[in-house]
Amino acid sequence: MEFSELIRTGRAQAKLLRGPEAPPLRGTLCVTGHHLLLSPGPQATSDLWLLLLRRVDSIQKRVSGDSGTITLRCKDLRVLQLDIEGVEATLDIARSIEALSSLESVITSFPFFYRPKGLRLGDAWHFHPPERYYKRVARETNAWRLSEVNGDFSLCPSYPRAVIVPRAVDDDALARCARFRQGGRFPVLSYHHAPSGTVLLRSSQPLTGPQKRRCAEDEELLRAVLAGARPGARGFVLDTRSAQAAKQARVTGGGTEAKAAYPGWKRLHRPLERGWPLQESFVRLVEACGDLEQSMDRWLSQPEACHWLAHVKEALSTAYLAAQGVGREGACVLVHGAEGTDSTLLVTSLAQLILDPSSRTIAGFQELVEREWIQAGHPFQLRCAHSAFSHARPKHEAPTFLLFLDCVWQLGRQFPQSLEFGEGLLLALFEHAYASPFGTFLCSSEKERCLCEVRTRTHSLWSGLNQPKEQRKLRNPLYVPNPLAIWPSVELQTLRLWQGLFLRWIRPPEPSEVAWEKVWQIVTDKKTEGCEPTVSASEPQL
Amino acid sequence: MEHIRTTKVEQVKLLDRFSTSNKSLTGTLYLTATHLLFIDSHQKETWILHHHIALVEKLALTTSGCPLVIQCKNFRIVHFIVPRERDCHDIYNSLLQLSKQAKYEDLYAFSYNPKQNDSERLQGWQLIDLAEEYKRMGVPNSNWQLSDANREYKICETYPRELYVPRIASKPIIVGSSKFRSKGRFPVLSYYHQNKEAAICRCSQPLSGFSARCLEDEHLLQAISKANPVNRYMYVMDTRPKHRMQSWWATQKDIGRIIVRISSKIWNDEKIRESDEKKRLNAMANRAAGKGYENEDNYSNIRFQFVGIENIHVMRSSLQKLLEVNGTKGLSVSDFYSGLESSGWLRHIKAVMDAAIFLAKAIMVENASVLVHCSDGWDRTSQVCSLGSLLLDSYYRTIKGFMVLIEKDWISFGHKFSERCGHLDGDPKEVSPVFTQFLECVWHLTEQFPQDFEFNEAFLLQIHEHIHSCQFGNFLGNCQKEREELKLKEKTYSLWPFLLDDQKKYLNPLYSSKSPKFAVLEPNTVSFSFKFWRNMYHQFDRTLHPRQSVFNIIMNMNEQNKQLEKDIKDLESKIKQRKNKQTDEILTKELLHSVHPESPTLKTSLCFKEQTLLPVNHALRTIEGSNPADNRYSEYAEEFSKSEPGVVSLEYGVARMTC
Repeated sequence: MEFSELIRTGRAQAKLLRGPEAPPLRGTLCVTGHHLLLSPGPQATSDLWLLLLRRVDSIQKRVSGDSGTITLRCKDLRVLQLDIEGVEATLDIARSIEALSSLESVITSFPFFYRPKGLRLGDAWHFHPPERYYKRVARETNAWRLSEVNGDFSLCPSYPRAVIVPRAVDDDALARCARFRQGGRFPVLSYHHAPSGTVLLRSSQPLTGPQKRRCAEDEELLRAVLAGARPGARGFVLDTRSAQAAKQARVTGGGTEAKAAYPGWKRLHRPLERGWPLQESFVRLVEACGDLEQSMDRWLSQPEACHWLAHVKEALSTAYLAAQGVGREGACVLVHGAEGTDSTLLVTSLAQLILDPSSRTIAGFQELVEREWIQAGHPFQLRCAHSAFSHARPKHEAPTFLLFLDCVWQLGRQFPQSLEFGEGLLLALFEHAYASPFGTFLCSSEKERCLCEVRTRTHSLWSGLNQPKEQRKLRNPLYVPNPLAIWPSVELQTLRLWQGLFLRWIRPPEPSEVAWEKVWQIVTDKKTEGCEPTVSASEPQL
Repeated sequence: MEHIRTTKVEQVKLLDRFSTSNKSLTGTLYLTATHLLFIDSHQKETWILHHHIALVEKLALTTSGCPLVIQCKNFRIVHFIVPRERDCHDIYNSLLQLSKQAKYEDLYAFSYNPKQNDSERLQGWQLIDLAEEYKRMGVPNSNWQLSDANREYKICETYPRELYVPRIASKPIIVGSSKFRSKGRFPVLSYYHQNKEAAICRCSQPLSGFSARCLEDEHLLQAISKANPVNRYMYVMDTRPKHRMQSWWATQKDIGRIIVRISSKIWNDEKIRESDEKKRLNAMANRAAGKGYENEDNYSNIRFQFVGIENIHVMRSSLQKLLEVNGTKGLSVSDFYSGLESSGWLRHIKAVMDAAIFLAKAIMVENASVLVHCSDGWDRTSQVCSLGSLLLDSYYRTIKGFMVLIEKDWISFGHKFSERCGHLDGDPKEVSPVFTQFLECVWHLTEQFPQDFEFNEAFLLQIHEHIHSCQFGNFLGNCQKEREELKLKEKTYSLWPFLLDDQKKYLNPLYSSKSPKFAVLEPNTVSFSFKFWRNMYHQFDRTLHPRQSVFNIIMNMNEQNKQLEKDIKDLESKIKQRKNKQTDEILTKELLHSVHPESPTLKTSLCFKEQTLLPVNHALRTIEGSNPADNRYSEYAEEFSKSEPGVVSLEYGVARMTC
């Protein structure tokens, strides 16, 4: 394999410390192209221990006497310590891990080699195409069509091949429209709210620039959206930047929709943090969680640590606002920030979760992530290159997707019966977004994925997750379908730190997990006693 | 009632304190002899007991009327707007009078009548029997006995009549020791650990002062440590923070000098055991420098331990700060958390928890008896002893056991409920949330150990409600003697039987009763395990609660399971009966009919429907589902239309969004 020159030493004797609860492991350490292996001696009872090298976020080595210590901080926030015999071996292994964990090439990454038993290549990859969502929209309304104008990714490299646009706008107009939006991200349908007939749209900022340019096709598109919704419908442009920032963006060629050019649309500004500040809050929060000696006095009030919760609050309330515009005010809402690939997706996906009961099922949520994050062009490859421990100079990293998962977790806490999935699915998505044997979160856009042939050469995470043996971990035993919108409370007193994620590897095993097991028992007991029909009988009650 | 001038005011508005708009409910306000009642236009009733009112404020007159703000001891805050100032003034004055009674006899408990006859009432009072409880612990035994020294409240007025002391401690020793201890509260047994043969004892601070020594007290402590056959040394836990003691001593350098003199006199005393001379001199030098305060040398085999729980005044102002922070709406995240932390409330909770953990460890790991004291031995001592026993003994984690624990360590040992809760119009400096802290510690434990408690959060909240309500006699008065004088058992009712009757509401569905008797809880006290108890401090702010409650769901499911099992049994017994009776064909027909697969399902689905309509657990005050009628939405709608008003009005000249 081509990694052989990066592997300096084959093997060494080592002891692995895995945090407070797990006993240390002793055995032979071995570096392979994608994994770190620790095989306990033949007399030991425990199995082979395996770590995906891409999961390593930062590595720290220390030598003393004739042995060395390597501390591995992983992207899923786990901290591991390896005590290795021999100074040379320690340094060699550290260097190998360092080189192998930071490989940038996509097609040499592990998903292209991962061939698990029981899964077939290509399965589940065509599980959630936009065409499928369009079928649903088409059943509800006739005002939208599926356009293949981006079939060769020439209009917009970050959009998928097919997008849903107003029926009244033809492909040529879309092409011109794309030139007026940053990165070619012209307004497309994100969600159609059948009860009120209104829609949620997303795009990137218009390129008005200092001359306040206009684009007739873009204006026509938004007019067509209102006309297609229902007579007299109004529109809101929800800009995820502050009014000030939106104005400043003009200098660099961006900007925001001018009032006069878009009759019927009103602009709202809800500044959401993105990019580096968001990453920094994440890093600080993880630091604060790792520092257990911290006295009561200063724990959460550390300004950096509590910024994260402020982001959660802002994201949730902005999504609330968008959902309210669509679901209650009977208005169409267009969400965009600057590039339209981060906070925009955060808002549109959360709003759908609030409004749409079908997106709260396991399959529906997977479809939502696939449609609103992966295919909508959230640059996972860039945003999730490093997690909270990296010392590398940050370039494009930002935990936007993690923020989304945290918001979903908060929703799940407030509506414990309304989400079909539990914390397990959210944790799995977090892990796999940062480092995964599956191909689902590889690359930054659909275009790149096609170039790398991700769909034909790697396995889909969804087929991995949807195996029956994984279900118990992911499912919420208390789920009862709830046809209503779930309006969350965004008061500070109701928001909580997501301990299951941020303290997952730090706190001792929680008795609450045992209790959760008991909940499962109560629920499944009941089901084996043939009472399942009563649950469905009670659905309309809620 | 002579205090009530206006009994009914119409067109009163009730504001939600967390509403972002000024939306309100309009309704009628009624004033009765015991309650303030508000009925809104949806016929929803809000009852406020006069005794729950901590503070009434009349704010400056506004255009819509006269605002009246009522803060309750159960952390409910209501904000009324009364259209006419006269009415507002009348109500304000009446509430001022009604919420502060001067005499015990005017409290609600003396007029409350739940329609029970005298024997039922007496039975209720006999539900909790402390003699029975000590028997359960395993005393009296060869080392501990019941002392009749305080039978007539002659030695200590604030202790109960029946006290358990080491068998070898004679009455003169007890009397002598009680003179050396503040308020006569000498060391007595609070909890006896049968397996370890170790004891938790409690007392008040020694009056060391000038005569720094009391031989009887030393003897009594010796007797306590001898009563433990396994371990000869014992711990004396002073629950007060050490720095406070030191500063007290620093101001008394003269006393230090006197003590040196007295100590040297003791030094010459032949009774003193042989010990290292140098160490002794060091200790005395320390005392002279104002560092020592308990003469450790006089008590052999004793280890002193300090845990810093602050006094009642610090706790009172800490709670005040906490309520200020969480009552402010629209705080930023960092302001909220730094406010929460600067209030120090969670730090104080942790201090109490740490003390209890130390106590439990001393008994479990070292097998040592522990004597706990603070100043008077009725606040912090009660907290630590009761919480420590709760960690050690799983009985106290049941519903009945928790009642016993409160009855034993709080009520009978003289926690001054009436003063600490401000039942009567008295010294506001005596009011302090000591018992609330205890409940909060227990809540933290239930959060950490969801399967180890038979009761749920609603039970704790209900108890908290009633320590202030004065509806039942249990928490009236400051000590047993006072309670007997008030003849509470004849004139009022006990709370416990009522709670037991309602047991279903307070059951924890996750409780696994199989754990052994002495399963010790070892709580985690790293900072992140201490959380803000929203359901206590925002119990009545419905908009802040989760919209669906896991507890309700699981309770309902458990109920259904039971119902189903019962149905199955019924059907099975029916089948059996029929089989026995006859063997006709007609029978088989009927049998088929009765075990028709649909019938049990139908039956339970009916019962399920009823349950979802009337959730078992009202006390949790949660909102099931989120429906359009939920006023939460309409309230946010206002915010929506208001959102970014600056931008909207600047750009469009329209202040509101409408559609």
